[in-house]
Amino acid sequence: MTITSNTGAEVAKAETIAVTVDGVGIEVPKGTLAIRAAELLGIEIPRFCDHPLLDPVAACRACLIEVEGMPKPQPACAQVLSDGMQIRTQQSSPVAREAQEGVMEFLLLNHPLDCPVCDKGGECPLQNQAMQVGRPTSRFEEDKRTFPKPISVSAQILLDRERCVSCARCTRFAEQIAGDPMLELLERGAKQQVGTATDEPFDSYFSGNTVQICPVGALTSAAYRFRSRPFDLVSVPTTCEHCASGCSLRTDSRRGTITRRLAWEDPAVNEDWNCDKGRFAFTYMAQGRITTPMVREDGALRPASWPEAIAIAARGLAQAGSGAGVLAGGRLTMEDAYGYARFARAVLGTDDIDFRARQSSDEEAQFLAARIAGTPATVTYEALERAPIVLLVSLEPEDESPIIFLRLRKASRRRPATVVAISPVRTRGMDKMAATWLPAAPGAEAGVLDEIMSGGSLAETSMAELRDRLQAPGAVILVGERAADVPGLLSAVARLADATGAGLAWVPRRAGERGALDAGALAGLLPGGRPLTDADARDAVARAWGIDAGSLPTAAGRHGTPLLQAASRGEVAALLVGGIEFADFPDPSLARAAVTATAFVVSLEQRHTEVTELADVVLPVAVVAEKAGTFLTWEGRPRPFGQVLREDLAMSDAGVLSMIAAELGQPSPGDVPALRRELGSLGPWSGARATTPGVPAQAITARAGITLASWRLLLDSGAMQEGEPHLAATARPTVARLSEATASHAGLAPAALVTVSGPRGSVTLPWEPAEMVDDVVWLPLRSPGCGVFADLGQVVGGEVAITPGGAA
Amino acid sequence: MPLTPVITEHWDAPDLYTIDGYRRFGGYRALQAALQQDPDAIIGTVKDSGLRGRGGAGFPTGMKWGFVPQNDGKAHYLVVNADESEPGACKDIPIMMANPHALVEGVIITSYAIRASHAFIYIRGEVPNAVRKVANAVRQAREAGLIGSNILGSGFDLEVVVHAGAGAYICGEETALLDSLEGYRGQPRLKPPFPAVAGLYASPTVINNVETIANIPYIIDRGVDWFRQFGTEKSPGFKVFAVSGHVNRPGIYEAPLGITMAELLDCAGGMRDGRPVKFWLPGGSSVPMLTAEHLDLPLTYEDMAAAGTMLGTGTPMLFDDTVSVVKAVTRWLEFYKHESCGKCTPCREGTYWITGMLERFEHGTGEPEMLETITSACLQIGGRSFCALGDAAATPYPAAMKFFRDEFIAATSTPVDETFDPVASYVFAGAAAR
Amino acid sequence: MAISEATRGELAELAARYPRPRSAVLPMLHLVQSVEGEVTTDGIHACAEILGITPAEVTAVSTFYTMYKRKPVGTHHIGVCINTMCGLLGGDAVYAALQERLGAGHDQPTADGMFWLERIECQAACTHAPVMTVDWEFMDDVTPASAIDVIDRLERGEVVQSTRGPAIRSFAATERSLAFPDDGLADEGSSVDDKMLAGLRVARERGQAAPAIPSGQEG
Repeated sequence: MTITSNTGAEVAKAETIAVTVDGVGIEVPKGTLAIRAAELLGIEIPRFCDHPLLDPVAACRACLIEVEGMPKPQPACAQVLSDGMQIRTQQSSPVAREAQEGVMEFLLLNHPLDCPVCDKGGECPLQNQAMQVGRPTSRFEEDKRTFPKPISVSAQILLDRERCVSCARCTRFAEQIAGDPMLELLERGAKQQVGTATDEPFDSYFSGNTVQICPVGALTSAAYRFRSRPFDLVSVPTTCEHCASGCSLRTDSRRGTITRRLAWEDPAVNEDWNCDKGRFAFTYMAQGRITTPMVREDGALRPASWPEAIAIAARGLAQAGSGAGVLAGGRLTMEDAYGYARFARAVLGTDDIDFRARQSSDEEAQFLAARIAGTPATVTYEALERAPIVLLVSLEPEDESPIIFLRLRKASRRRPATVVAISPVRTRGMDKMAATWLPAAPGAEAGVLDEIMSGGSLAETSMAELRDRLQAPGAVILVGERAADVPGLLSAVARLADATGAGLAWVPRRAGERGALDAGALAGLLPGGRPLTDADARDAVARAWGIDAGSLPTAAGRHGTPLLQAASRGEVAALLVGGIEFADFPDPSLARAAVTATAFVVSLEQRHTEVTELADVVLPVAVVAEKAGTFLTWEGRPRPFGQVLREDLAMSDAGVLSMIAAELGQPSPGDVPALRRELGSLGPWSGARATTPGVPAQAITARAGITLASWRLLLDSGAMQEGEPHLAATARPTVARLSEATASHAGLAPAALVTVSGPRGSVTLPWEPAEMVDDVVWLPLRSPGCGVFADLGQVVGGEVAITPGGAA
Repeated sequence: MPLTPVITEHWDAPDLYTIDGYRRFGGYRALQAALQQDPDAIIGTVKDSGLRGRGGAGFPTGMKWGFVPQNDGKAHYLVVNADESEPGACKDIPIMMANPHALVEGVIITSYAIRASHAFIYIRGEVPNAVRKVANAVRQAREAGLIGSNILGSGFDLEVVVHAGAGAYICGEETALLDSLEGYRGQPRLKPPFPAVAGLYASPTVINNVETIANIPYIIDRGVDWFRQFGTEKSPGFKVFAVSGHVNRPGIYEAPLGITMAELLDCAGGMRDGRPVKFWLPGGSSVPMLTAEHLDLPLTYEDMAAAGTMLGTGTPMLFDDTVSVVKAVTRWLEFYKHESCGKCTPCREGTYWITGMLERFEHGTGEPEMLETITSACLQIGGRSFCALGDAAATPYPAAMKFFRDEFIAATSTPVDETFDPVASYVFAGAAAR
Repeated sequence: MAISEATRGELAELAARYPRPRSAVLPMLHLVQSVEGEVTTDGIHACAEILGITPAEVTAVSTFYTMYKRKPVGTHHIGVCINTMCGLLGGDAVYAALQERLGAGHDQPTADGMFWLERIECQAACTHAPVMTVDWEFMDDVTPASAIDVIDRLERGEVVQSTRGPAIRSFAATERSLAFPDDGLADEGSSVDDKMLAGLRVARERGQAAPAIPSGQEG
């Protein structure tokens, strides 16, 4: 896939200065810190509090160097270089070396000799730098100051206070980067320690990063504590599978078990960070795995060999042929999604295929086909950081794409008011991005966009001013997958983007969605954004697949709810199903009925689910750690990753599909290199596309009841978070949110419960007042105790009723 | 050299602390004159006077005011450092309790000169009586139209906030004070940027000591030539000296800079019981100690520097031969350890370590090698810590070792309380001294 | 015990006193101490809510400054300066005497909760060493006997005058004065004593004064 960086902003050429480090001359950009200049020459000045992404504090004093003309040694981390400056590090200056040795001696005075039992041993900057500038024997004979240890700063992060060197990286990260100043330095002097407020744990979505940047073993994770030594681990660069942010990770494993995952540095995407879900939620991969294929016999599933299961699956699918449908799911790698897309068209001859296991719409499919599928990555993370304005539509980045959130917060710290968010609720995430909130009830968002186009005013914000700002070079509109909930919204987004020239990007929640879209796993779309209905496109694809173009379907098939409805009526001859869950569909019972009513169902799954219980053939497939692959970020940037666990003989989805295809005499690629080669050979599509949908904004009909707003919290009941209780304990509590006016109108007592009722049922849960649109209730979409689709049977934007639910 | 009461001149008038009392002695005349002048002219006057900051650093006051960029369209602030917590320093608190309007008038004039819209007086919380006296004076000034909008019809607006601290010596460090005043832990800030450019709320700020500001009305009222009659070329003016220790008459003595310790000691009635001066400090505990051989040196910034010490706060402490230097130094280090903010490694860890070792000496169990260890620890702190508190903590021991090394060596085997009976140092005698 | 609406109102008043509300956190915590007797979790939460910052940020401040206590202080806070000057000039003996008299150690309350004893740092009253404070008001030039006498009188409910300042009230009252310093007590008692007048008197005795303004050179 092509990435172009077309932000419209010129990169200014940095002015350079000449400086000397340990006698070696070097040219560096103006404003460079001495510690960075030394690194360019391969000179590592010792440091603890310094971090390139945090504002310098010069607190630890480990980086003292000699600066020509200054009587006292200076901290290299805070020394801005000027033209002609001469600095001398420990390599050439006895003063610098002695100063650094002095500081190292001080650091080790109260530091406990915990190395034998400390997680950080073997990868510890204090150990390493003590070897560099430490003394071999200690002169300290007093009692070290100690603290009871460890204490929990959250359910997943433990703190050994006496190991802490007061570098304040963790507290500065929490405040500057994450915007969650719940971790602070407490007390004073030698008793200074990191801590939290009483009863207020450090439940930040980004808390795990503090463990990684802690330069000693003071902060450790409950999940990894005492598990391993770093030299026992095999490390593989991977990509996170939990959302579309596309973080670079380093996955560490030992003897076939993943022990931990770290954020890996990638300045273009996640910088040095990831979120706690990406970091800690990997134990699901070892939970309840299906180990052998299974087939249904006499109404019950029984284990079967691969040859037997493949044969049965092939027979049943071949019988269905073009009458089959494919529900691929949104968690697939791009190669696997391509496998489904190819299998559906080339082997089955059907175009009834969809990857969207969530609320979706025909308008969305048309929008994606017209504007997103197979397009180059023009709006990137860097573009967000430099944008004069970023308009968020149906997107709550902190929950739905944490790395977008971090980047927008970073931008907003330099330029507040960069972010403008259209949403029914004013969230803390918005405050942390210094965002302007444009209130809009669910369903009214399209109207707000049209207001911006026409230049009115809404909630004291001038729409005309917004429109002008969106016309500036580099302006960006980010629309989330939830826009599909609102008829007319995606059309309005496209209209606004066209009218203003703002960059437009679509942000799905799942890691596999953009890849699946580009791979053609959606009815009407062939790989690379090629419309199925285009004869030239069909020809090119058929050539690449080595099949007769005439065998490909020519009319677009069914997707979304219409496909499920058809299946539920028994009109789909067979279903090929990837990793999906009924509870994710807006009408879970319809999804279940679709599977139940279909005569022949093949399920490719990692563990037993409600789908496998109904399937005729169950074929076990690999988790991300057991295969190589590629995810596409929301930008469209490819993120290839390697295979972590090599001992298992797990098959990827595409591998399994190629076995079925081979059984049917139609060989197709099943390994990653071959899939990539074939997909790559197709290249980008420059031909005609589907037209952008033009659904008008819906007029808001007055309602007697309450409108439902919702989205998925980052940490919730998702299947891929199972098996990690420490992480789950840090999830935000399941609460409903209402405006004060709405709550009092409904007679809700403060600190009591509310019952929210939909067509199928109700949930009772605590409620909180929030700054939000009246006559709206916000619920978490799928959290413990509240599953909107399953429990209420209502869609986002639909009508619900609220009544007092009793005392808490 | 004679004593020269100026700020203290009317301290025996029971109502000096009220606006009426203060005015009776010519108070607020300077303010009226100042408001007739251009603010830059006021800055020029203070520059010409040569007044140096009285908080300890001795930085030229007018020059500091001149660093504030003018006509920048930003709010400017004046912050008065009334956090006097240095061991031995007891001049600002008495000034605020006895003559608070001198401070208030100085605040208004200074704010006018630097174009500050807000002035904050940050007073340490452990002395509520000083806080209330200043708050009372500020209210009286406001009621008289000397604080608020359009002061005396000049068009100048000023708000004054009296702010109490909560017990942290480090908040006397100007950038730590700013962080404390902003509602954070009182830890010092990186410089640059300097407060004159980015201080309180990232705006241009001048931070001055109480005594410095209290000088301003007198300088404006009586003129540069009058002011320069006092003191020396490099240390012009007069000083509120607070003499404490084993002297017969500890108290406040206002005199020109350049008076000698011997002269001040004479005014203070000499040492009690005719005992000799064993060691003395011209300022607070952060300046190196001197001995009897230095009593005839003039108390100026330059002469003290030449003698290897500093004038500092100019609040001399004198100890007689009943006192153990080891104990005195240990107690000061305990202070620095208690007050270390914890931000930087050398001070946070170093004061903890040095204090631990010194306490052994106090109890007669210090090891001889530790003398060298403490010396090297001091060298590892001085000039390497984040702020001057580290430098201050690294000062008492080397200075004491220069003159009293034998006493430390003796403390390797004998607890100091055996060599120096603590009761002998008490200033109360007989039955009261249990 | 939750913070009352009236106290919340006063906390908000303090926040409004400054160009940036967060600056008020120190006086706000003093006010919390005046009503709660210590800095409580409820007090921290109230400050955090009013200022729009996290409880951790407030706790960071409250644990940094020595005057904020985490156990109920009781009626009277008793401080004895034990820094070098005061301590060596007799403060150590005063502290030892009070420790025995009160049966409490450093930074601890008495068993009946009436007094809190603390070894305090330099009170900027070195000329008056040794120095004791009661509710942070000055009790200068104290001896072990006079210090115990102060405790005795406070226990008997007698009015005790501070040496430079008003009569002793209570810890809570002083904490409130730190939040609202214009407390109407500036006229009570005298804040100037012999030691503060020492130099002035010597100058007068010796006929010494500041030089006059040079003629024609008024400012």
